[in-house]
Amino acid sequence: MTGQEVAFLLLAVVGGLAGLLVVTSRNIVHAALYLVVALASVAGVYLLLAAPFVAFVQVIIYVGAIVVLILFGIMLTRAPVGRRVLDNTLRARVGAFVIGLGLFTMLTWFMADAWAGKRITGHAVTATAALGTSLFRNYVLPFEAVSILLLAALIGAIVLARRD
Amino acid sequence: MPLLYPLVFAAFLFSAGVYGVLARRNAVMVLMSVELMLNAVNVNLVAFNAYLKDQLNSGQVFALFVVAVAAAEVGIGLAIVLLIFRNRETVNIDEVDLLRW
Repeated sequence: MTGQEVAFLLLAVVGGLAGLLVVTSRNIVHAALYLVVALASVAGVYLLLAAPFVAFVQVIIYVGAIVVLILFGIMLTRAPVGRRVLDNTLRARVGAFVIGLGLFTMLTWFMADAWAGKRITGHAVTATAALGTSLFRNYVLPFEAVSILLLAALIGAIVLARRD
Repeated sequence: MPLLYPLVFAAFLFSAGVYGVLARRNAVMVLMSVELMLNAVNVNLVAFNAYLKDQLNSGQVFALFVVAVAAAEVGIGLAIVLLIFRNRETVNIDEVDLLRW
């Protein structure tokens, strides 16, 4: 068990537990904070998978902007607290649990069938320069499309949330 | 590390997100569960990029695109939730059913 695997298992346990607590917590603010832990552990996993730039983008945008946006949304919608308000009926929750468990089993089964025994080898960390070259040379069209999408989302959010 | 480690982690996060979308009634909670699902997809993309040692680093580039689109979607989603709250004093998604049959 290499050091990389030990580190990954720690991050995966923490991140998985945090993800589970996001969807089962009774307090919505706690759920948002557990989301921070889950997203930060995913950033750690990116570092272990030799993707430092994606890890930094994850922390800056997800933890730094999206979670803050979610917390503002919780604040502005008068964060309701309590099992009855936050969760669906018991029947719906049992059904959702069955679906989630079935999905996880099915995905793991198929993935183990296809990629059991394959290993991620090599320690070459992806240089940000290489990522930038690829982004602006090979994927410049999706990049421009995403820029326009972000502009549209920005204008749309301002128009929607305007008080008039 | 074995390729299955990050894949199973991603599958677990995705399943947790699916449970959250189905079992939660609050609109902001549903948005948080959708973020969990998008992160699971990103972990998958970056894991395969590391496994296949792609020359173009396509997995990481697509992960960046997914992050950007997720940010845009959360922005718009929360603006909509705010508008609903302003008009109806509730963010319970079961009570916003005007378009249902």
